[in-house]
Amino acid sequence: MADASTMSTYDRRRVVAHQFADAQQQREAATLGMWFFLVQEVLFFGGLFATYAVYRFRFPEAWAEASKELDVMLGAVNTAVLIGSSLTMAMAVHGAQTGNRREQVISLVLTFLLGTTFLVIKGFEYHHKWVEHLIPGPGFQFHGPEAPHARIFFAVYFAMTGMHAFHMVIGLGLLVWLIKNAAQGMYDASYNIPVENVGLYWHFVDIVWIFLFPLLYLVSRH
Amino acid sequence: MSTHDDHAAGHIASPKLYFAIFGALMVGTAITVAAAFHDFGTLGLPIAMAIAVVKASLVVWFFMHVKYGFPLVKAMMPMAIAFLIVLLGFTLMDYVGRGFPLQ
Repeated sequence: MADASTMSTYDRRRVVAHQFADAQQQREAATLGMWFFLVQEVLFFGGLFATYAVYRFRFPEAWAEASKELDVMLGAVNTAVLIGSSLTMAMAVHGAQTGNRREQVISLVLTFLLGTTFLVIKGFEYHHKWVEHLIPGPGFQFHGPEAPHARIFFAVYFAMTGMHAFHMVIGLGLLVWLIKNAAQGMYDASYNIPVENVGLYWHFVDIVWIFLFPLLYLVSRH
Repeated sequence: MSTHDDHAAGHIASPKLYFAIFGALMVGTAITVAAAFHDFGTLGLPIAMAIAVVKASLVVWFFMHVKYGFPLVKAMMPMAIAFLIVLLGFTLMDYVGRGFPLQ
């Protein structure tokens, strides 16, 4: 093995760093690090979910009324789009684990396209809320006695979906990086931790949406 | 490639399994929407959350490879849930103390 300073980035990443006993330990450390990050992400979103819960229990009628302004169809389609992107992301990890460059690149590009589709649909929804004067602020308009509390619902709606969308944007950036590397043949059976860790992040963002969809779109539909 | 590297690469799940999980998640989404249009009274929210928990568990267990993870990785999500229960439980203590259904 050549001296580390003369190796390319490609080779250096395959070497076991001196602080690890072996490749497996190095790999497990990377996986564990990602999981610790995700645990604190759960708590980060937990603060938003706690806010949601406090206001929903305090103003149940406003929640029921305001939630009806959201488009169930678009919310359901976006849920399906994200679940589909989780499948393609899982396939990208599979492609990396089996050293199949074609499978990796196709799966990663599909994941990127599905993620983009989600954000475009979300953008149409946001635009519609703008047209309907449902953005909290001086221009906010909501008919009925629950108007002040409906405004809180929409503040929570934009905070939660906005923070989720922000995570999606970061995920799309990471996907571009993976696609570039995967196309160059960077990942295979012996080195694929970036694909797997971005995959963990992507699936986590999917899980957040799995909870957001019923909590925001389906409060009182019967 | 050495057997050592093979071991480091971890377990490889079959695409068939991934497609089956995808199918289950889509069915779960359909059930969530269908249940929302049915009047379950105060049980509506617990039912919606139960379905979401099942869907999230499938994602964590299969897509996120916790099923094949080493013990410390398996402990991660329960740890996050424990913290979340503390956060939500103590925040909502007043509501919980007033009893259900919530007024």
